[in-house]
Amino acid sequence: MEQISAFLQAIPYDQILIQTLNGLVTGMILALVASGLTLIFGIMDVVNFAHGELFMLGAYIGVVVLAASGSFWLALLLATLVVALIGAALQITTLRPLIGRDPLNTILVTFGISLVLQNYALWQFGPVARKIQEPFSGHFSLFYLEYPWYRILIAVLSAAIIGGFWLFLKYGTYGIWIRATTQDRVMAQAMGIPVPWVYTAVFAIGAGMAAASGVLFGPLVGVTHSMGLDWVLKAFIVVVVGGMGNLGGSIAASIFISLLEAYAAIWVDPAQAVIVSFVVLILTLLFRPTGLFVPTPK
Amino acid sequence: MSTADSSALVEVEDIHTYYGKSHILHGVSLRVERGEVVGLLGRNGVGKSTTLKTIMGLVSPSRGKVLFERNPIAGVPAHRLARIGIAYVPEDRRIFRLLTVMENLRTGLDRRGVSDERKQGLLDKVFSYFPVLAERRDQPGGTLSGGEQQMLAIARAMMLEPKIILLDEPTEGLMPRMVSQIRDIIEALHREGVAILLVEQNVPLTLQASQRVYIMEKGCVRHHCAASELRVNDPMIQQYLGI
Repeated sequence: MEQISAFLQAIPYDQILIQTLNGLVTGMILALVASGLTLIFGIMDVVNFAHGELFMLGAYIGVVVLAASGSFWLALLLATLVVALIGAALQITTLRPLIGRDPLNTILVTFGISLVLQNYALWQFGPVARKIQEPFSGHFSLFYLEYPWYRILIAVLSAAIIGGFWLFLKYGTYGIWIRATTQDRVMAQAMGIPVPWVYTAVFAIGAGMAAASGVLFGPLVGVTHSMGLDWVLKAFIVVVVGGMGNLGGSIAASIFISLLEAYAAIWVDPAQAVIVSFVVLILTLLFRPTGLFVPTPK
Repeated sequence: MSTADSSALVEVEDIHTYYGKSHILHGVSLRVERGEVVGLLGRNGVGKSTTLKTIMGLVSPSRGKVLFERNPIAGVPAHRLARIGIAYVPEDRRIFRLLTVMENLRTGLDRRGVSDERKQGLLDKVFSYFPVLAERRDQPGGTLSGGEQQMLAIARAMMLEPKIILLDEPTEGLMPRMVSQIRDIIEALHREGVAILLVEQNVPLTLQASQRVYIMEKGCVRHHCAASELRVNDPMIQQYLGI
């Protein structure tokens, strides 16, 4: 009995609660990045290696607009729209001509785009991290911490964007077009759905969502040309763990992995906590290669 | 081969189609008049489905012409053809399995320039033909039985208000009761003035439902005549379709 109560007392409840919150916040941002990635993969079998750079580009556009206008919300909106347009242009010029080719072609192309965008950002903005000022700096006390409200806002906004997107997919005509194309692109075409434009639209939406997460996350880390790398790596893990192309699975996996990492960070260095994600990735690939959060296929 | 007859809806002239290196169609020619039901008979693998796919723009012919209302359409993407009046019901039905029945219908129904009343009218019409679809409107397409999926595939094609439906083996694997329902729907569509190019293995049904039939063998049309000229046990049928 004593041992049990000693064990129970040794559990750092305060830290667990704080890390739950942190994990949820990161998880929601990650979900926003990963939903675009999984959607693009699900609908056109394109593994978009440039996704992290669209995230980074969104953050930089946020920096520029914020400096010019002083409004965080305008920065968020413009960054989303501009990167969505850039995404559409990229898709039309580089990916559309490759439809029907070996997936290796699109991997190389998106990898190339990611290098170009990264080096463009380095050339344009230099190696010093830029800062996005958070729109408000209120705190509330959580045990020994002053927890910033902004982090809660990130989670809520990401959830709202994902939720809005889900409603669009579920009820909107274009949402039905997207889902029909994901399931059977030939039949979708035979039903009069302009599949090439659906591809472009999905790429643009994914790019816009990545950009929005870049701006939202900017205040927490600082904006650099290489900030997309960490995220795209994690987003790929999430997309695989959630089941390639499965939107709901990716969202669940984002939160799951972020929570695991956050809890692991209680006991180990946060840099080492990343290992947890890879362990989950490897276990998933070994035992549930179709994804953790999807029903076992028959 | 080409005629100036204005009643021709679809004209296929000497098309050659390849899948990779295999030569599937060796110069197929056929025509469908406005509002006409035309049967396309032949054994498995003679190129009937490929003919339909070529008309629908899902495979492009390497040679030959496809005309729709006398405009060349070979090479036009399928989604444009669907908008100008060609609908396709594939052999394997290809229901969007994760979409509900209603959403499956909406893929063809949500077009620009269609008023809400007309949409409702179309839905009412297919639900009166296929009451079971109305009952299952919120159920995912993949949960329907084979016969129900076939009805959904036809209903979905009707949402496009097509001038012609390319109907590929609609009765394949269905129970006799379902087969007669499919025959009824073909007749109803014919009465409405929708042309049908019907690929079937079921010879009695084809001869009954069609006005004219084409018989294919090895990627070519071997014979064509009015459906009334053929009997189910005709030597012609024996020769090209018998086992």
